[in-house]
Amino acid sequence: MRVKYVLSEVLVGLWRNVTMTVAMIITMAVSLTMLGASGLIYTKVADMKQLYFDNIQVSIFLEKEASEQQVADIRTKLEGDPLVREVNYVDKDEAYKRFQEMFRDSPDLLSVVKAEQLPQSFRVNLVNPEEYKAISEQYSTVEGVDQVVDQSRVLDKIFDLFTAGQNIALVAAIAMAVAALLLVANTIQVAAYSKRREVAVMKLVGASNWFIQAPFVLEAVVAGLIGSVVGLFALIGLKKFLFDGALSALQGLFAPVSWGEVFVTFPVMAGVGALISAVTAWVTLRFYLRV
Amino acid sequence: MALRLHRVDSRPVIQLEQVTKTYPKASRPSLDNVSVSIEKGEFVFFIGPSGSGKSTIIKLLLHEVSPNKGRVIVNSKDVTSMRSWKRPHFRRSIGCVFQDFRLLPNRTAYENVAFALEVIGKTKAVARRVVPEVLELVGLGGKEHRYPHELSGGEQQRVAVARAFVNRPLILLADEPTGNLDPDTSIEIMRLLDRINRTGTTVVMVTHDSNIVNQMRRRVVEIESGRIVRDQARGVYG
Repeated sequence: MRVKYVLSEVLVGLWRNVTMTVAMIITMAVSLTMLGASGLIYTKVADMKQLYFDNIQVSIFLEKEASEQQVADIRTKLEGDPLVREVNYVDKDEAYKRFQEMFRDSPDLLSVVKAEQLPQSFRVNLVNPEEYKAISEQYSTVEGVDQVVDQSRVLDKIFDLFTAGQNIALVAAIAMAVAALLLVANTIQVAAYSKRREVAVMKLVGASNWFIQAPFVLEAVVAGLIGSVVGLFALIGLKKFLFDGALSALQGLFAPVSWGEVFVTFPVMAGVGALISAVTAWVTLRFYLRV
Repeated sequence: MALRLHRVDSRPVIQLEQVTKTYPKASRPSLDNVSVSIEKGEFVFFIGPSGSGKSTIIKLLLHEVSPNKGRVIVNSKDVTSMRSWKRPHFRRSIGCVFQDFRLLPNRTAYENVAFALEVIGKTKAVARRVVPEVLELVGLGGKEHRYPHELSGGEQQRVAVARAFVNRPLILLADEPTGNLDPDTSIEIMRLLDRINRTGTTVVMVTHDSNIVNQMRRRVVEIESGRIVRDQARGVYG
């Protein structure tokens, strides 16, 4: 009976102030979508770092006229280096093959470049890709080395971009969360005001505090949960139309976002949405109802 | 020791022990070192001019405000030290009636009384059994389904009394219950409170309606500027 009473009060409450309820749901949804997106980007960046750094190489390009002795010396030095995990030598022919592969769509370029014009190089996998600097310092001055190029520096720029995107989403999530919070506080105040006579009577006859507060808190929680459901649909839309749609050309670059990962964010979004609403409502009631 | 034994024997249901209450920002205390003892089943008037502190007594008994000094004991519970989460349960043993009735305008007489039961966890079945009974008792039989705006002031106050009494409280507090009523209606309400008092309920009434006090000839405690200036067993108004 009491459960039924509380639930009907919640529905009446949400209806009574339907414009505020909708505003609350929308801000909550945007905030939670941003939060979910930020979380997804965060896990993706971590995944991709793992993926890329495992395969990342430092290329040591040799001078075209490096002698065989110089090449052999460098190889010995690299193989004995504790920072190095794996060494591959790419001679001029191999380099030409890769070049052909890379520029197969530009026959003009291919026709003018000869194998002899390409530098031979060592492709080095590091034990720890972050230690690129040490390798670069050691080898760029060695006889016969032209330059040391690290792929991870390029990747770092890409990752910086992702991290910036993630931070923007997070900031937007927090800003919207603050807006949602203020809306919840305001809605609860309006609701408490419109039910002030009932609340006064309830306090007078000794209704328990939870019984007085529950409809208000639940009203906010229900709005928060609806907001998180809307947010889930927004994330589904983002994956379907943006990630799998417009950005599908870049799929080789990004680690794919699975449906599982999208749905796993829902409990987090729902939990955060419900918790923020409940705490805000409860704190507002403390000040406003003094129960 | 002897004093304490005496107290236990007489079982006061309400006891104020040297209570001082000063509201924040007030220049002088609303109640200044007030001690009063009210026994079970008594009918007591608190009288005095506006601002004398008599309404503060009601607020103290409801645990709406706490005293700065002294103790308030209701129904052998020390209200002064009561934790606020225990207050709801404590209030179920006290009924309360006000000058402005405080009825819910969008509920009928029946629903107003039933509301008080349902929000403290009583079932609808209990309400169906008890509410018509108490409405009959206050003389509103047949008017259960009227809304407050369809009832006269006296009838509205009867609904309020029914709501206060439906839970069979030990104590009924009445804060100027006749303040908004004409003299004839006031007397009817007083008859009703008297009838409730005869069921064993302690009635504490704050008023400055001299007519009523003089007619009832009950215990009168007069307060002036926060102090008790008179406590008379079968008193009249000043």
